[in-house]
Amino acid sequence: MKKLLVLGGGTAGTMVVNKLRRRLPVSEWEITVVDRDDEQRYQPGYLFLPFGTYSADMVGRKRHTLIPDGVEMVLAEIDRVEAEADTVHLEDGRALPYDYLVIATGTTPRPDQTPGMLGEQWRRSVFDFYTFEGARALAHALPAFDHGRLVVHITEMPIKCPVAPLEFAFLADSWLRKRGVRDRVELVYVTPLSEAFTQPIAAQHLGAMLEERKILVEPDFMIERVDNDRKSIVSFDEREIPFDLLVTIPLNMGADFVARSGLGDELNYVSVDKGTLRSTAHANVFALGDASNIPASKAGSVAHFSVEVFVKNFLQLIDGKPMTGSFDGHANCFVESGHGKGLLIDFNYDTQPLPGRYPLPVVGPLGLLKETRANHLGKLAFRWVYWNVLLPGRPLPLPALMSMAGKVAPVDTPTTAASKE
Amino acid sequence: MPVTTIDNRPVHVNEEGFLTEPAEWDESLGTALAAQIGLELGDEHWKAIRFLREDYATRGETPTLRRVTVAGGIPTKDLFRLFPSKPAKKLAYVAGLPKPHGCV
Repeated sequence: MKKLLVLGGGTAGTMVVNKLRRRLPVSEWEITVVDRDDEQRYQPGYLFLPFGTYSADMVGRKRHTLIPDGVEMVLAEIDRVEAEADTVHLEDGRALPYDYLVIATGTTPRPDQTPGMLGEQWRRSVFDFYTFEGARALAHALPAFDHGRLVVHITEMPIKCPVAPLEFAFLADSWLRKRGVRDRVELVYVTPLSEAFTQPIAAQHLGAMLEERKILVEPDFMIERVDNDRKSIVSFDEREIPFDLLVTIPLNMGADFVARSGLGDELNYVSVDKGTLRSTAHANVFALGDASNIPASKAGSVAHFSVEVFVKNFLQLIDGKPMTGSFDGHANCFVESGHGKGLLIDFNYDTQPLPGRYPLPVVGPLGLLKETRANHLGKLAFRWVYWNVLLPGRPLPLPALMSMAGKVAPVDTPTTAASKE
Repeated sequence: MPVTTIDNRPVHVNEEGFLTEPAEWDESLGTALAAQIGLELGDEHWKAIRFLREDYATRGETPTLRRVTVAGGIPTKDLFRLFPSKPAKKLAYVAGLPKPHGCV
C-alpha cells in the first residue's frame, strides 16, 4: 500500500485530496490529511465581516464535510517532518510514514513578530482582519468609529491575498461615506512598497483609485514597533504615524514546524521548484498553496491553478514518467472597490495584470483592471463556487495557465512583471 | 538592455539603472555605484554588500531585507541607517544585483 500524506486541510490540501482520491485506486493508495482543527474557513469572506456584509456563519464549514470518503483525517498538531526517514511526527507522539508528502499548511498572520503589536491596544484600537477572530472583533469595533484617523497598514511582503488591504481601504471609504462621516475621518494607507501595489500597471490604476477617494498613501514604511501609549506606528527610519484605529496586516509566516524540519526559508516557506512545486531538497515532497516560496501571489486562485498542474504531474510521476506540467504562477483575483463595484486582475510570473477583457464561458467577458458591477457580483458569487466546486475538486471552466486572450498590453510599457520591494 | 559607462567601463543596466550582468561587478564598481546615489561606503556597508554578493552567488536570487537581517546578521535598523529610506533597493543597486523579488 502506497501512502500519500497531506499536511493541512485548507484550500490547497482539500482540493488535492478530492482530486487525487478519484484518480488513485483505493486498493493501492492510502490518503491521509492532517489538520489541527475541523474548521474550514472561506478566508476571502473575512474582508466582508467588519462591514457586516457577511455574517460569521457564511464563512465557515466543518472541514470533515469537505473531505471525501476514503481519505483519513487526522486532527493533530504537527511536530516536524523527518524527510530523511519519510515520516511526519505529530505533537501527540504519533508518527505517520509516507511515500509522498504534500505540505499545504499555508501562511499565518503573526502579530507577535512586531514589538508592541500585541500590546494593550490589541483588539481595542489595533485590529487585524486576516483571522476569523480579528475580523469579528473589528466588526464589533467599527460601528463605534465615526471620526479620527483610520490607518490601514501592511507590515511586510509577502502577505496572503495582497489586494485585500486595498480592498479594505476602498470598502472603508465607501462604508464611511454611506454613514455620512467620511469627512470626519482621515484615511491613511501605509505600505512597505513604494507604490499602492507590487505590479506597475495595476499599481497605477489602484494608486489613482486611492487618490480619487482621498486616501493618503505612506509608501516605503517598514514598521519597527507599535507604540501603545502614543497610539502610533513607528518605522525603522523613525517615521511615526498616529492612529485612532489601526487595521494592520501582521507579518505573514509559514508554519513553525516547517522551520523545525529544516525545510523553510526566513519566513518558514518551503523552498520548491516554481514550475513543479517539488521540494528542492527532497524528491518526494511537494508544497502547495501559500506554504511554498514560489514568487506568486499567496492566494486561493494560485492554490487552485497550481493544484491542477500538480495533480497531472503527480499521476505521471507515480507512473514512472517525467512530469510535463509547469506552473506559470497564474493568479486571478477580484478586487472590491466599494459602492457595489469591483475589478478583476489576471496575471502570472511573467505577465503583470493588464487591462482588457477576461473571457468567461456562459457569464460573458469581465472587465480587467476596471471597476464594474459584474466584477463585484463575481466576487460575491465566488463564495458558492468555493464551497461547491473548488474545494470538492470539481472542474471549473478556467484555464490553469494564464492566457493573453482579451488582454491589452500597452505598446510602450513592458508587460513583464517587475519585481518590487 | 542599455549599456552605460560607470567607473570608466561599460556595464549593462536595466531601465532603472540596476546591473543586469552581476559578473560585471567588482568592489571598485560598487564604490562608483554608491557614489551615484550619494553614498560613501564604510566597513558596515561592505559587510552588507559582501553578504548580498555571496548569498546571490549560492542561491541565485537577491536576498530580501529580512534575509540580510536573519542570515546576514545585520539588524534592519542598521540597514536603514546605512542605506537610508530604501535599503533593499539601494543595497541591490550598489551590489550590482537585481532588485529583490518582493512577491505579488
